[in-house]
Amino acid sequence: MSPAAEPARAPASVEDRFEYVLRLGDTSLIAAQRLGALLGHGPALEEDLALGNIALDLLGQARLLLALAGRIEGRGRDEDALAFLRDAGQFRNMALAEQPDGDFAETIVRQCLLDAWRLETYESLAGSQDRELADIAEKALKECRYHWRFSAGWLVRLGDGTAESHARTCAALEKLWRFTDELLSADALDARMAVCGIGPAPALIRERWETRVSAALAEAKLERPAHRHYPWHGKRGVHTEHLGHLLAEMQFLPRAYPGVSW
Amino acid sequence: MVSEPVQGAAGASREQRVWQTLESVMDPEIPVLSVVELGVVRQVRTAADGRLRVGITPTYSGCPASEVIARSIRTALDQDGFTDVTLETLLWPPWSSEWVSETGRHKLEAFGIAVERRTPGNIVCPRCVSAHIERVSEFGSTPCKAHYRCLECLEPFDTFKCL
Repeated sequence: MSPAAEPARAPASVEDRFEYVLRLGDTSLIAAQRLGALLGHGPALEEDLALGNIALDLLGQARLLLALAGRIEGRGRDEDALAFLRDAGQFRNMALAEQPDGDFAETIVRQCLLDAWRLETYESLAGSQDRELADIAEKALKECRYHWRFSAGWLVRLGDGTAESHARTCAALEKLWRFTDELLSADALDARMAVCGIGPAPALIRERWETRVSAALAEAKLERPAHRHYPWHGKRGVHTEHLGHLLAEMQFLPRAYPGVSW
Repeated sequence: MVSEPVQGAAGASREQRVWQTLESVMDPEIPVLSVVELGVVRQVRTAADGRLRVGITPTYSGCPASEVIARSIRTALDQDGFTDVTLETLLWPPWSSEWVSETGRHKLEAFGIAVERRTPGNIVCPRCVSAHIERVSEFGSTPCKAHYRCLECLEPFDTFKCL
C-alpha cells in the first residue's frame, strides 16, 4: 500500500487522551451520583427502581472509563483516586450532569438531554481508533438505549400529560436548555480527538442529537427553548456552584478515612 | 465442597478441568445458575508463560455481582488446585441474554425468571407458559431484569433483559 493510500493520523498525546476520557467518565460519575441520591424518593416504586438501576449502569460505565483514564495517564491513579481525590476544578463533566435533581420533571429533562448525547456519542465511539474506549462504548451503548427509552418515555408522559406536568416540564426545559450548548459545541480538544479518529465528529453528534431530541419534544408537545448564552465549561473545569456540594457528600468517606475498605 | 480432583478428569486437559470447576461456581443472585451457563466465562487458555488465563465479562457495566463472581471463581479454582490463574476482564463482545445457554435458560425458567431473546414476542410466563403478558417496567430488582406480569395467572415475574 502506498503511503498516500491511507492518510497518516497524528497520534493523540497522552494529555489529550486522558482529558477526553475524563470528560466521558466524569459526566457518567456525576450523573450517577445525582440519580443515586434519589433512591427511596422516586414518585413510584417502578420509577425508584429504574432511577437506581440507571445510576448503577452509569456508575459502572464511569468506573470503566476512569480506570482507562488512569491507565492512560500512567501515574498510578486508579478509578477511586480519580473519583474521590480530585477537587471540583479538576472534574471534566458536562455542567448539565451536576444540575440538581429538582422535581421529577427536572430530573427527567436533565436525563433525557444527557441520555440523547450519551447515546449518540457512544454509538460513534464504538468505532473509535482507541480499541479499549470502543469496547467500553459498545457495552455502554446497550445500557444507554434502555436509559433513553425511560427518559424519553417520561418526557412524553409529562409533556403531554396534565396541565401541571406540562407546565413543570416546560419550566425544567427553560432552566436546563442553556446547558445543552456544551454537549454539542466542540472545543479544541474535541476537534483534535475527532481528527485522530478517537472521538466522534462533533457536527455528526450535534445533528443526530438535534434529530433525536426534536422528535421527542414534538411527541411530548413541548416547545424547543430559545438558544441562550452559555458561560459554563464543565468539560474544561469551570463548573456551576452545585458540583462542590455534590463532591462534598460523594467524597466525604474516603477523604475522612483514607484507604478505608468494606 | 471438598477439594478433590474432579471425577473422570484424569485424561482431560487442564483447561477442560478448569471449565469443570467453573461449572460449580454459581451466580450469587441466582444460585441455580452457574457462571458458565450465565455466559460470563468467555475463555480459558494457557498463556505463553504457562499460566492459566480465565476471561470473564460483566453482564451490566455496574453489576455488583461481578466482583462476587470474580472472587467465587478465584476461590473455587484455588480449592481445586489451580493457583496459577490470572483473571482478565473481556468487554467485547458485550454480554446479552443470548449468552445464557439453553440449559441455563431452562434453569432460569424453572426458578421463575423468563429469558428474553432477540426475536420479539418470545417472553412467556415462567409459571403458566402463557404468552398473554404485559411489561410493568423495563427496570426490575437488578440491572439485568425487567418486571412483567402474566395476564392469565396474574402473577408478577422477572425477565432477563436481552440487553
